[in-house]
Amino acid sequence: MAHLNLHQLTIHQLAGLLRSGECTSTQIVESVLQRIEAVEGKTNSYLSVFHDEALRQAEAADQVFKREKNPHILAGIPIAIKDLISLKGEKNTCASNILRNYISPFDSTAVRRLREAGTVFIGKTNLDEFAMGSSNENSCFGPAKNPWDLGRVTGGSSGGSAAAVAADECIGSLGTDTGGSIRQPASFCGVVGLKPTYGRVSRFGLVAFASSLDQIGPMAKDVKDAAIMLNCISGKDPMDSTSADVQAPDFTKSLAGDVRGLRIGAPIEYFAEGLDPEVEKAVKDGMERLKALGAEITDISLPHTSYALPVYYILSSAEASSNLARYDGVKYGYRSGEEEGLRKMYERTRKEGFGPEVKRRIMLGTYVLSSGYYDAYYIKAQKVRTLIRGDFDDAFKKCDVIISPVVPAPAFKLGEKMEDPLTMYLSDIYTMPVNLAGLPALSVPCGFNSSGLPMGMQLIGRRFDEETILRAAYAFETTTDFHKKKPLL
Amino acid sequence: MKISEKEVEHIARLSRLELEPEEKPRMAEQLGKILDYMAKLNELDTEGTEPTSHVLPIQNVFREDGVARHFAGADLMASAPKKDKGHYQVPKILGS
Repeated sequence: MAHLNLHQLTIHQLAGLLRSGECTSTQIVESVLQRIEAVEGKTNSYLSVFHDEALRQAEAADQVFKREKNPHILAGIPIAIKDLISLKGEKNTCASNILRNYISPFDSTAVRRLREAGTVFIGKTNLDEFAMGSSNENSCFGPAKNPWDLGRVTGGSSGGSAAAVAADECIGSLGTDTGGSIRQPASFCGVVGLKPTYGRVSRFGLVAFASSLDQIGPMAKDVKDAAIMLNCISGKDPMDSTSADVQAPDFTKSLAGDVRGLRIGAPIEYFAEGLDPEVEKAVKDGMERLKALGAEITDISLPHTSYALPVYYILSSAEASSNLARYDGVKYGYRSGEEEGLRKMYERTRKEGFGPEVKRRIMLGTYVLSSGYYDAYYIKAQKVRTLIRGDFDDAFKKCDVIISPVVPAPAFKLGEKMEDPLTMYLSDIYTMPVNLAGLPALSVPCGFNSSGLPMGMQLIGRRFDEETILRAAYAFETTTDFHKKKPLL
Repeated sequence: MKISEKEVEHIARLSRLELEPEEKPRMAEQLGKILDYMAKLNELDTEGTEPTSHVLPIQNVFREDGVARHFAGADLMASAPKKDKGHYQVPKILGS
């Protein structure tokens, strides 16, 4: 095996080579580091790369392979981590000036589980500041760029995690998803991205944006790799009281490829005005492929779809304004203005530390929680959230999986939507209802448009039923080559 | 919905955010637009609908009290912008 191409392979392919002795973890990591050196200047996927430490971990993994018969499937595999997820001893900037020099003193649970599996951490990836954004342009370190067209956005907020996988700058990565932040960039960059059921993966060590919506999930080169990573990070954690006490199955067992009798629901509200015709065709073709494999397709209705965006922005901003109160220049991060007293120190620190989108959301969140507006906005939004959940509960009486586009159109140009926050927010209309309902969903590549930009198909499952969406996505993927195409960089 | 600059100042104060004078009209305009969009929710009758604050059916989560090793204070203090003898240092609060 020519070592030069190891970075292009999947977790399961590399796990095979590591076990047959055809390559070492050190060779994989060297290949990935060379790839990063070659293309990182174009993609800006990473905020930090752990060159020496990654090689040290690879060496340790190679020792494990000499000692043990069957190490964990992720042993020796280089994985990238979104720079919002704590990894001990390394920076966790959240792409914000307020945490520019902050070093995490502990591992998040997801990272700890990967570490115990023997994973090699290759670096921390770019994102929108505190995960607030849909294009990665709200990063204080500049945007990550789409490997398929460097003049276009990666999507966001997990833009760096998506671009790094698409550009073979890592083998897999972790992202986070509050309103679509894994699935939307996965769709824009042509990779697989899975948002688990709320509560499936511990949020301990994930810097909080909107606590009732945030989930960590895998971004990968194919469906099987996503299942492998999900296996590793799932499960109850005493450090996160919202992590659910639900036994996680072996998700790779769902990849049986048989979808006969599977009932697919196509939400009529998602195939409506505003959907790009090429995206619509690609997703409908995808459903036809599953139908040809024995699945049934029925139209379903999610009647409150058009209310999801206001609900999402009220609730996520309210939670964010509260969560981000901790950045006050006292315990960690940036500090400014202390010569003018405590209050000025808070206000100046936050003024200089936060970017415009984060400030806007803190202001919006504070407004909807403030006296006189709390019932009209915050409680009202929580009530409509109940109706949106109910839509999905009703739909899942008639189908086993819901299939839709991930985003109304493929990746847009850098700068195109920065002036108008509302237009930017609209790129998450098909993904944010899923977070409001706490359901699992994934994006799987389903084609390329006439300009060669990747498009994704969203599969939404019942609560704690990642198995069905993985099974359907895997069955679909095995009939296509979309996930095998590589961008020219 | 019209948001006045005075309201923007009030919200900024609650948010502990200093705004430049020229930022205020822009913030007022953007918040106004966003809140207009939010007003769409008033189309729905939610009388009798329970609010959802959380999708999981959990209330308070308790565990047995126990002694365990957590983080070393010094490791956490290392991140502080200013500290002295194991304490966080802030500007004088009383009488300021």
